[in-house]
Amino acid sequence: MWWGSASFILDKQDEERNAAVLASKPESLNLSPPPPSSSMADALQSPNPKISAYYQTRAAHHGVVTSDWLAQAQAAVGRNPDEQGPITAEVEAKPGSNSGKPFSVIEEFNSWRKQPDLAEAVAAIRALASVIRSSEATTMMELEIELKKASESLKSWDTTSISLTAGCDLFIRYVTRTSALEYEDFNSAKSRLIERAEKFGEISMKARRIIAVLSQDFIFDGCTILVHGFSRVVLEVLKTAAQSNKLFRVFCTEGRPDRTGLRLSNELAKLDVPVKLLIDSAAAYTMDEVDMVFVGADGVVESGGIINMMGTFQIALVAHSMNKPVYVAAESYKFARLYPLDQKDMAPALRPIDFGVPIPSKVEVEKSARDYTPPQYLTLLFTDLGVLTPSVVSDELIQLYL
Amino acid sequence: MDARRVSRTVIDPKVRQVGFFTPNAEAPPGRTQSGPVIPAPSLSESPASNSLYPVMIPPSRHLSDTVAIRTAAVPVPDSALRRKESVDVPVGSYNPSESLLGTSPVSASPSSRVGDGLEFSDESSARWYRRSGSGKMASSLPGGGFESAALKTPVEVPEKSGEAVAESQKELPANAEPLKSKTTKAERRALQEAQRAAKAAAKGEGKKPAAVTGGGTPGKTAKPAKQSVQKKDTPQVPASVAASDKKGGDRPPDKERKKDVPPPRMQFDDKSRVEKAKRRAVVNQIEAKNRVELFRHLPQYERGTQLPDLESKIFQLDPMHPAIYKVGLKYLAGEISGGNARCIAMLQAFQEAIRDYSTPPEKVLVRDLTAKVSSYVSFFTQCRPLSISMGNAVRFLKSRIAKLPLSLSESEAKSTLCSEIDRFINEKIILADKVIVRHASTKVRDGDVLLTYGSSCVVEMILLYAHDLGKKFRVVVVDSRPKLEGQALLHRLVAKGLSCTYTHINAVSYIMHEVTRVFLGAASVLANGTVYSRVGTACVAMVAHAFCVPVLICCEAYKFHERVQLDSICSNELGDPHAIAKVPGRTDVNYLDNWANKENLQLLNLMYDATPSDYISMIVTDYGMIPPTSVPVIVREYGREHLW
Repeated sequence: MWWGSASFILDKQDEERNAAVLASKPESLNLSPPPPSSSMADALQSPNPKISAYYQTRAAHHGVVTSDWLAQAQAAVGRNPDEQGPITAEVEAKPGSNSGKPFSVIEEFNSWRKQPDLAEAVAAIRALASVIRSSEATTMMELEIELKKASESLKSWDTTSISLTAGCDLFIRYVTRTSALEYEDFNSAKSRLIERAEKFGEISMKARRIIAVLSQDFIFDGCTILVHGFSRVVLEVLKTAAQSNKLFRVFCTEGRPDRTGLRLSNELAKLDVPVKLLIDSAAAYTMDEVDMVFVGADGVVESGGIINMMGTFQIALVAHSMNKPVYVAAESYKFARLYPLDQKDMAPALRPIDFGVPIPSKVEVEKSARDYTPPQYLTLLFTDLGVLTPSVVSDELIQLYL
Repeated sequence: MDARRVSRTVIDPKVRQVGFFTPNAEAPPGRTQSGPVIPAPSLSESPASNSLYPVMIPPSRHLSDTVAIRTAAVPVPDSALRRKESVDVPVGSYNPSESLLGTSPVSASPSSRVGDGLEFSDESSARWYRRSGSGKMASSLPGGGFESAALKTPVEVPEKSGEAVAESQKELPANAEPLKSKTTKAERRALQEAQRAAKAAAKGEGKKPAAVTGGGTPGKTAKPAKQSVQKKDTPQVPASVAASDKKGGDRPPDKERKKDVPPPRMQFDDKSRVEKAKRRAVVNQIEAKNRVELFRHLPQYERGTQLPDLESKIFQLDPMHPAIYKVGLKYLAGEISGGNARCIAMLQAFQEAIRDYSTPPEKVLVRDLTAKVSSYVSFFTQCRPLSISMGNAVRFLKSRIAKLPLSLSESEAKSTLCSEIDRFINEKIILADKVIVRHASTKVRDGDVLLTYGSSCVVEMILLYAHDLGKKFRVVVVDSRPKLEGQALLHRLVAKGLSCTYTHINAVSYIMHEVTRVFLGAASVLANGTVYSRVGTACVAMVAHAFCVPVLICCEAYKFHERVQLDSICSNELGDPHAIAKVPGRTDVNYLDNWANKENLQLLNLMYDATPSDYISMIVTDYGMIPPTSVPVIVREYGREHLW
């Protein structure tokens, strides 16, 4: 698969828009990159199994691809509100329609995840909460089954997104494993569930803030921080530090191929934080100047390791060998009961890579978008549960899931 | 060290001595019990301890006995930290270590322990005292572990304080230092008294400490002689004082503590106790001579002599249920081996014994049955030392017996127990295996080369299941003498059509480069993530680690134990040395045929070894796939509900 330019995302959207028009489904006029599929069959599987939907979303949200892409993206975001209108309207109208529960979950989810600031897991949580709200179940069991089905369909919609899976699982846990089931009256139980769902959504929303506050103690004046990839949590951390007048400088890796580092450096420059851009391969070269490495995570796994954007592992290795601390900022809804033994031991999340020149067809391209960093290379994890060592992750997971 | 010294100087003298002397005896309990530490009976001992105190520490530095230091030192920080929680309680007399710890968590315990050793050093046999003592401690250190040591009742203590013994029967002596060589008449008397008292106490409480843990049998481990240290004046007997003050007077916690005690281990280098145990033993095993120095604390018997003897005794041993007897003999003959098989056989024997049990007149089922089970367990132990998993199962059974509501009729109680045992077997072993197989098979990919060592039934099930799923992989079975258990596994795998490679452990470094996963079974997983398994496992795991091959340990959660062990020395099992001396079918290799007569030849056939958690990538258990660091989490979260 060869993509002439990174604007493939827009091209793809165009295609899909056309397809959607053909299907004449108004609500699929949606600019979010993996567009909500226009039929239920499509909705149940990722639109393009070859490419990780998760990374498409990320690319759409964070990718600094070209300036005209940005302009278009802006336009797209601008158009969003109009679009959300009909969708939410549809959601509200949903209670009337019996059919298509899973369908609507994914719709709902997609409408939420279009907001660049909303994490995927939180979007999933909100979508599931709306399932409860619109459910017509009359018993707790029914409701639970419905919820499980909805979360299954969400999970299978994009199997590459760890935080989506983890968020769904956690939500189900949080909502159902409670005293709510003891309520005799179904309606009060249901409203209690909705309450919890909202609370959980709120907690998840606040997680980033908590992490930012927790991590301030680790950023000292005069320090140099190496950041890899674009993580909203890390950005929040740095932003908070900058706002509290800490003096530090940041090295951003470029983050090929989606150039997430460019965007991060952009954001940081706006905050007047001194930033230096590095190409990805300069990690070891600059490591001696660096005081700490800060990365986000796509998922935190049972071993205490993290799954994150490609390149995190090598940066962690370099940092480890030079005795620099590696800090991970990750919300607790990214904790997943996965246990990769090595790099290849996970479902690969593929994404297209733009080399700028045509690649001969005989040449293979490694398209995997993320790698696994084992726990021994991580120093601490900043989560909304507190600052944890990697081995505590499993402790928390066991308590959450067992 | 420095920190410790500083703190010492700073601390108020009374407190100081206290802390110093309580060599860890009290410490670990903190974990399970809320208010474990009990004030020492009297402050009076303080003077003695005081005087000792300064002396002891420096020696510890110089101790050349590395074993003691090594084993002792490592575990400490842990316990020290834990201990901290309970520190406040200490009454002046015995909490010195606490105080030390408080200031510098670096563990006063090693030093104090060493100190004990030193105390003895005036005795001729000091050297090995120290060793044995330390070994014991190291093995038992983990939470609650100390108590077990305590249960062993130091023989020496009583000598000085015959009176003391009587009063403080309930207290657990902390130090199990064997002074046998020195037994004086008074001492012996004291011991006897203590034992009697202990027995009474145990009966009263319905649980014998030793029995509870299942590891030790009342007969075998010299029953707790407990002596409290009321006498402060005995400076010359520092060791005893030290030992005694640790346990201080703690009655209430006693009971609970006993429950948590890991199996006290008989130290077989303690001659007086061995003698005693022998007298009571049903199975008369002849002790092997020429045992390897480091492993003298482990039992080792001449093989093959007991069976006929035992068989002839079957009708004389009326208290032993035939089912128990049968299983015991099978252990002895080696017919049942493998952790799960032994455990299931034992539980089923218990089940039969319970079915045929009837409460003797004037006795209570709960008490009497517990005692019965303890005697069965001691019989099993004589046949072959219990594995840790069996210890857990015994603990489970005893807790179920203890928890029986008094309102139940005898038959109801019996059927409840039988169904509990069934449930344990089904849930903890059979179902757990199924779950493990399901989890582990997700880690098998097409094209993998899986290596396994020895013969683990869970691993076998995983391989077969993955094969049934249609995964394409190759198996390397690594084996070792003398048991060659891998051959049986190989036979079954090949019969099912798996493609296998068979090699001996000598070639493991060669074969490892083509391996992608290592699956190993385990006899037990300890709280620090150490895997206790068939000897050779550590070697395989280390080689795999060196080759960056992930090592997966497959182990049911009922085999987890809260003990911490740092080496394979302090607790292990010795196999038949003949087995390694003889090479069956090779008459030309006969150099060791008369080895037993050689004074200067010692053969060591270890059965287990300990693999540090660094070499383990993952533990697959019925609670999912967890890192070795999460073993204590499982023990903490689930141990209580299932085992206690």
